[in-house]
Amino acid sequence: MTTDAHSVHTGDTSTGIPSAKLGMWLFLASEVMFFTGLLGATIVLRAGMAHWPRPGEDLSIPLAAMNTFILLSSSMTMAMSVAAVHQADSKKIRLFLLLTILLGTAFLGVKGYEYSIKFAHGHFPGTALFWDCYFTLTGLHGLHVLAGIIANLWILWLTFRPNFLRSDGHRVELSGLYWHFVDLVWIFLFPLLYLI
Amino acid sequence: MSDPGFIRKYIFSTDHKVIGIQFLFSSLIFMFFGGLLAMLMRWQLGWPGSPLPFMEKIAPAGMPGGIMVPEYYNMLFTMHGSIMIFFGVIPLLVGAFGNYLIPLKIGAPDMAFPRLNMLSYWLFPIAAATVLAGFFVEGGAAASGWTAYPPLSGLKETMGPGQTLWAAGVVILGFSSIFGAVNYVATIINHRAPGMSFHRLPISIWAMFTTAVLTLLATPVLAAAMILLLLDRCLGTSFFLPAGMIVDGTPLAHAGGQALLWQHLFWFYSHPAVYIMILPAMGFVSDILPNFSRKPIFGYKAISYSAVTIGAVGFLVWAHHMFQTGMNPTLGTTFMVSTMAVAVPTGVKVFSWLGTLWRGSIRLTTPMLHALGFISMFIIGGLTGVFLASTPVDMYMHDTYFVVGHLHYVLFGGSLFGAFAGITYWFPKMFGRKMNDRWGKTHFWLTFLFFNGVMFPMFILGLGGMPRRIYDYTQYAGLVHFAPLNRMMSVSAFCLMATQLLFAFNFFRSLFKGEKAGPNPWEATTLEWETPSPPPHGNFAKTPVVHCGPYEYSVPGMKRDWQMQTEKHA
Repeated sequence: MTTDAHSVHTGDTSTGIPSAKLGMWLFLASEVMFFTGLLGATIVLRAGMAHWPRPGEDLSIPLAAMNTFILLSSSMTMAMSVAAVHQADSKKIRLFLLLTILLGTAFLGVKGYEYSIKFAHGHFPGTALFWDCYFTLTGLHGLHVLAGIIANLWILWLTFRPNFLRSDGHRVELSGLYWHFVDLVWIFLFPLLYLI
Repeated sequence: MSDPGFIRKYIFSTDHKVIGIQFLFSSLIFMFFGGLLAMLMRWQLGWPGSPLPFMEKIAPAGMPGGIMVPEYYNMLFTMHGSIMIFFGVIPLLVGAFGNYLIPLKIGAPDMAFPRLNMLSYWLFPIAAATVLAGFFVEGGAAASGWTAYPPLSGLKETMGPGQTLWAAGVVILGFSSIFGAVNYVATIINHRAPGMSFHRLPISIWAMFTTAVLTLLATPVLAAAMILLLLDRCLGTSFFLPAGMIVDGTPLAHAGGQALLWQHLFWFYSHPAVYIMILPAMGFVSDILPNFSRKPIFGYKAISYSAVTIGAVGFLVWAHHMFQTGMNPTLGTTFMVSTMAVAVPTGVKVFSWLGTLWRGSIRLTTPMLHALGFISMFIIGGLTGVFLASTPVDMYMHDTYFVVGHLHYVLFGGSLFGAFAGITYWFPKMFGRKMNDRWGKTHFWLTFLFFNGVMFPMFILGLGGMPRRIYDYTQYAGLVHFAPLNRMMSVSAFCLMATQLLFAFNFFRSLFKGEKAGPNPWEATTLEWETPSPPPHGNFAKTPVVHCGPYEYSVPGMKRDWQMQTEKHA
């Protein structure tokens, strides 16, 4: 009889898909709906407003473009870390995980810098509907980036344990799925808040 | 296996059966509490303004001198609805039965993610404590209805901290539901025993699967709405708060928000939630009817696919709660049509159940009585739903007692009779002992009688123009003549509540003194009845292999009139 701890990360299941991977996809489906609700709310609210800032009027497009580049690069390094799991190369896994974590942190750093500029100009949640939407969407997305960084840090710590590849190697891919999703959310936020 | 100790075994357990029973006990306790809140409402409606002296000690601010103030009444119906829905019916039908039954019925040793399952349970008391903490803060618990429409719910000036706690608690509960749903879907897809194809799954599992998918996709939208509401309340944002509001003569700074946006987001979750609260009950009934009719179920595929169809269409009907809100009328027509479409798969189910009963060898056990009660009451609930779905009719009925009657026929007449059917049917499996049948039948008949005594007159009140959520209808001359009817309803409500003590008595007495049940006391066919009662940790001594569908009763040429799913029939 298969034990569940075993079948969670192997394909020894009714469908051949490891349960942990299936579970992550299901969780991401739920996350998609969470951001759908928030993005939908923003679009509806904007449609009801006479005034909405023009692109580049209040937000810095170059800073956000740079942040987009940083986050896309982090998705690449994340994918390379997953590829390194298939090559069973622990050093490369660690290197690319670390790069992903650093790029994710850089993203949050740029975001924090943007926030500080807005605060200096007196823009806070509650000052205007645009800022309510801006801070809520980017803030909740930032929390997701932070969660991804923490997950990757945990896996980075796991890589130093013996038997990492055999017992926890699949976690890199799971964390990767989540990371790419968080990246994808930003791809929607960037045009919605900055470009249109 | 070594003994894990009391705490790991019964409190922080990862065993799906223990978690299911934890959900069962917790949700029953919350339902009892929610029921008591309804009794206070019925007191006010039956005898408006009459003192209830002992309540002065319990709620000195809400019932000074034992006489209820209007704000307290608002809090009562809000907390009654919230507790019954979020902490009663959903955790009972989905949390308790989903956890207990899914692995047993599909032949798995446990859920796909046992630790996530434990987390899902333990978030539940945290969420409940957060919401209930509202009773102890200034201004009392949330009082803007279970639907919490802004601007009323979104302003600190109109609703105290109890409303903030309410929204925060619902977000926490959302996490619990989502984790549970991930587990249910992954387990049903991935952990079926060999031979257990989708078309051999018991219909209760089809129902749980659909329910879990609804939970997974709808709950996060509610979480998003709750977070926006919390920000409106705590950070002064204006998501749901339009410009130009004045409270106590002071103009507010909010601008640009849309109160209707809340209703869209809220009902995008809360209408699917209605199906979350009825589909599992439909599943239990579909398991119970063939057993006590000793016949295969009529239209297995029709019933299972109609559950999926109800789930899918259920995402496209939410704005039928909003016909009266000034929403674009063209949109209203769309939602009217989609809502009426739900009646089609629902009708398929009802006729298939009747087809199952047709010429069966009926055994009128307690679970069977509850299942039949479910069907008959649910038909009334469902048909009145079609009335309300029709925009022109709804223009008249909206926010009257007709709606209250409709939702109680679905949620009490449907979900709760389904839950009673489920509890009385699986009690022997859960605890190894049978519930007393005579007490059980008495409980059923009294519940059935008093339930109709409370809820049926609501349709009459609604047609007569009595609004819902009304503190004192006697201030309207046109409604005064409803006083005797309201008193009759209140008396029925008190009797209904008292009848539940009978159930509690039977439940606890049977836990310790009930007749011992063997592995298969109902002569049923599905996999859970192959295990000892109660099943051990890990459920099955060896992985079962499934050879036939779930409802093989009265198979021609067999000695017994039932064929277990693991049996081969030559």
